[in-house]
Formats: sequence, C-alpha cells, structure tokens
Amino acid sequence: MAGATQHDTLWQRITIAVPYLWLLVFFLLPFAIILKISLADPIIAQPPFTPSFDQHGDLAITADNFLFLLTDKLYAVTYLKSVLLAAAATILSLALGFPIAYGIARSSPATRSLLLLLIILPFWISFLLRVYAWMGLLNNHGVINNSLLWLGLIDQPIQMMYTDFAVFIGLTYSYLPFLVLPVYATLERMDEDLVEAALDLGASRTRAFWDITWPLARPGVIAGCLLVFIPAMGEYVIPYLLGGPDALLIGRVLFDEFYVNRDWPLASAVAVMLLLLLVVPIVFLQRSQTRETGAA
Amino acid sequence: MQKRSLFILSTLAFGYAFLYIPLISVVIYSFNDSNLATIWGGFSTRWYGELFRNDQILDAMFLSLRIAATAATLATVLGTMAGLLLARFGNFRGRTVFSGMITSPLVMPEVITGLSLLLLFVSLKQYFGWPDQRGFGTITIAHTTFAMAYVAVIVRSRLAAMDESLEEAAMDLGGRPFRVVFDITLPLIAPAMIAGWLLAFTLSLDDLVIASFVSGPGASTLPMYIFSKVKLGVTPDINALASIFILIVSTGLLIAWATLRKSRIR
Repeated sequence: MAGATQHDTLWQRITIAVPYLWLLVFFLLPFAIILKISLADPIIAQPPFTPSFDQHGDLAITADNFLFLLTDKLYAVTYLKSVLLAAAATILSLALGFPIAYGIARSSPATRSLLLLLIILPFWISFLLRVYAWMGLLNNHGVINNSLLWLGLIDQPIQMMYTDFAVFIGLTYSYLPFLVLPVYATLERMDEDLVEAALDLGASRTRAFWDITWPLARPGVIAGCLLVFIPAMGEYVIPYLLGGPDALLIGRVLFDEFYVNRDWPLASAVAVMLLLLLVVPIVFLQRSQTRETGAA
Repeated sequence: MQKRSLFILSTLAFGYAFLYIPLISVVIYSFNDSNLATIWGGFSTRWYGELFRNDQILDAMFLSLRIAATAATLATVLGTMAGLLLARFGNFRGRTVFSGMITSPLVMPEVITGLSLLLLFVSLKQYFGWPDQRGFGTITIAHTTFAMAYVAVIVRSRLAAMDESLEEAAMDLGGRPFRVVFDITLPLIAPAMIAGWLLAFTLSLDDLVIASFVSGPGASTLPMYIFSKVKLGVTPDINALASIFILIVSTGLLIAWATLRKSRIR
C-alpha cells in the first residue's frame, strides 16, 4: 500500500503476524508433534512414548508403527472398509443430491430460497442429535421396523441398527447438504438456453443432459463429492453410534488405539496414514476451489 | 421451459422426506410418556420438565455456551484478519503457507485435529507447565482454530465480491490504510463477520470429537454429555433436548428467511 506511514505498517504487521502465529502454533506445530510421536516406540511412562533422541543425543526414531500398520491385516481391512463405505455414501449422496440440486435450480426464485433453506436447516441442528435421530428410526423396535410390521410387509424386525448399512445411511444423511450446495451453485449459474438450443437442434433430453448439463455441472459435482468423501473417511461418531462392534473405520480405530490401548505412537501413525490417504482428494478439492474463485 | 419431469419432483420429495423424517420422528417421540423410548405410551410433556431439573445437562450446556461465545468471538477477530490478509494484502511473504494453513482445517478430519491438538497441549505442559488443566481454555483454543478458517473464507469471499473503489477513493482522499480499514472496510464486511460469528458459534456448540480429545476430566460439554448418554441407546430426555434444538434452529432460520424475503420484495 503506497504512502503507508510507520504507524500503518505496524498495524499491517500485526494483522499478518497474529493469525499467522496462531496457525503456526495451533495448527502446524501439532502436526509436527504427531509426526514425531508416530516415529517413537510406546513405553509405559508419562508421556507414553520414547523421546526422539536418546541419552547420547543420537536420533532414535523407528518406522515400526508404520510397518505394523502396513503389514497387519486388521488395519488393511479397516482402511479398505473406510474407503469403500465413504465411496458408497458419496455415490448415494450424488444419486440423491444431484436431482435435488437440479430441481432447486430449476424452480421459481421464491420456492428456490425456501428449498435451499430446508437443505441448510438440518446442518444447523446438532450433528450428534441428527445421527441420534437415526437410532430411533433404525432400531429393532424403531419407527421403520414398527411401520413395516404394522403394514404386514415383514413379520420379524429387520436388523438394521449396528450394521454397515446403518453407517452408510448415517454418512449419506449427514453429508448430503455438502453435496447439494456446490452442485446447485454450478447448475444455477448455467445458461439454460444451451439446453434449449440442443433440443431445438434435435438432441434428445438424455443426450442434452449428458452433453451439456453434466459437463457444465462437473466442477460442482467434483467439489461436492469430495466434501462428502473426505469427512466421511475420518468419521468417528457415526460408526460408533450406528455401526456394530465390527464397524472399524479409521476414525474409530484411531480413537480406540489412543484411549483404550493407550498406544500413542500407533494412534499417531494411524493419523498420519489417514492424512496421507486424504492428501490427494484434499489437494484436488483445493485446486478446484481456487479455479472456482479465480474464474468468478 | 420449466417443464419439470416427474422424476425430478419425486426425487425432490424423497430427498426432503429423507432429510426431515428422522427429525420429525424425534419430535413426536419426545412427547412419549413411556420410559422405553421406542414404545408409544401416550402423550406427555414430562421429559421436558425432567430436562430442566437435570443439573448435569444444565452445567454442560452452560459450559458449551461459554466456550462457543468465546471461541466465536476470537475466531471472528482472527478470521477477519486472515480474510483481509488474503483478499487485500497482495503477495506477502509466506502467503502460500498461510492460505494452505487457513483452509486446511475446513477439510481436516476431526479425529486428526483433535489428536494433534491434544498432543500439543500435552507437550506444552511437559515443557512449559501450561496448560495446567485441560477444559474450558483448551477447548476454546481448539474451536477457535478450526472456526477461524470458516470466518476467513466468508470474509474473504465478501471482500472479493466487494468493489475496491470505495477503499481506493478513501485512500485517494488522503485516508491512511489503517483508518480506511476501520472506517470503510470493516463496516462494509460487518454482515460477513456476523454470519461468520454465528457459524463459528454453531460449529463450536456442535463439536464432539475435538472437544473430547482436548478436554480433561471434569469438563464436559453438552455434546460430550449427550454422547455419553446415547452411547447406550435411545433415551426419552435426549429426544426432548433434540426437539428443543430443532425448534430453536427452525424458528430462527425461518424468521431470518422471512425478513430477508420481505426486504427483497420491497
């Protein structure tokens, strides 16, 4: 800024320094610590891990935790299951969310704002309580089973609670708004005349959709899918409350490794692995986001 | 042109039913007289009464509100600074690192944020003797850190959409940058700051995982209390609590929507 006085540059420095330092101390430094502990051995002491340097000042780190995670079958299954469940929830969210976003974008402005509000509203109600609401529905004596029994469609309750199915539904339910909003944003900006033109030129509705609407909506679809997939991967509450004892998703394994087994180094290594697994989608998301804001 | 197909209409209906049936069923069951949460035993409001006699819930709620208000305020100050930095300060040194650090908390899994901050607090205590106790302070710091990212994004997009000419005019008329920020920029981005504060407040009130990691014995926020109860299954008083939440949020948002619509029609 031209002509800044001494006083102003001081203020600018403060504006830069305060949030910068905050993030360095409370965001970056914690990651360094996780990395450091993930390379230590667990011991029975306080804190329960070996220091990075031994008493002679030599570097004393080990890759044992990572080797264990990579070779142990339980962990491989856990990672695979987390990816599969998160991917399945993403696909269902897209199948459900895209038509919703499309319907909202093509309705009259007055209805549109109400429909959007109704998408955002559940997001403001406690996440935990929304997951809890599903416990009442999926229970063996819950609303769904009772209704089906009453209708005579089944004569025994279906076990839905404490299964992967419940986790899958819970993930989709919780993260669906994250997909609808970005998809809606791209569809709303789209020029509907393009579709009209294609139809006038003799394209079928299906053809017009796949050749025009879908490519134009793609940035929103990609962002929306990642916004569902990334948090679903590390989810802890949903598998804990809705899943069975075998619903070992990464987030839950990390929590248990830390609090139940008190193995801090292994828990840290699980965190590092989860982060590595998410680096690619996160970078993708950031790039699509910058392109989005750069274009606007 | 507005020919909406039956398919779109039915998915819309199905989608909204999917979003709202769980919430509606919680509200209905909150008026259930039976001790067994899933069996209907007649209409009653007794669970609401029990809720307000439960000291543990009230204590946890008070702690959560205190944390949320403090964290939201801190996050608004820090997040606004960060948003200004990114939108108006051009290419300062370390910009890439900064914008990476500010946006990462938005997508970071909660378990990682929680674990990393807990390990930080443990190390800090080991080396500096601080924080002595984990609870209000540590949870507030953790919430501020992830909520400031949301505030920064909101403030930044508001600044990006805003005409810079007002600030430039003030500058041309001899206003110093510091004065211009306080007299022109901040009043203009005030709506974004309020929206950011509200979002930060909600996020803090909502958080379970990060708070569970960085809290110590004795300090239990409302979500932590709820979680410890619902782990064991559906309970009638939590139904009542959830219904109160649903009522407050829907009334608030509907009023906001109605006022916005009115002002737009005028």
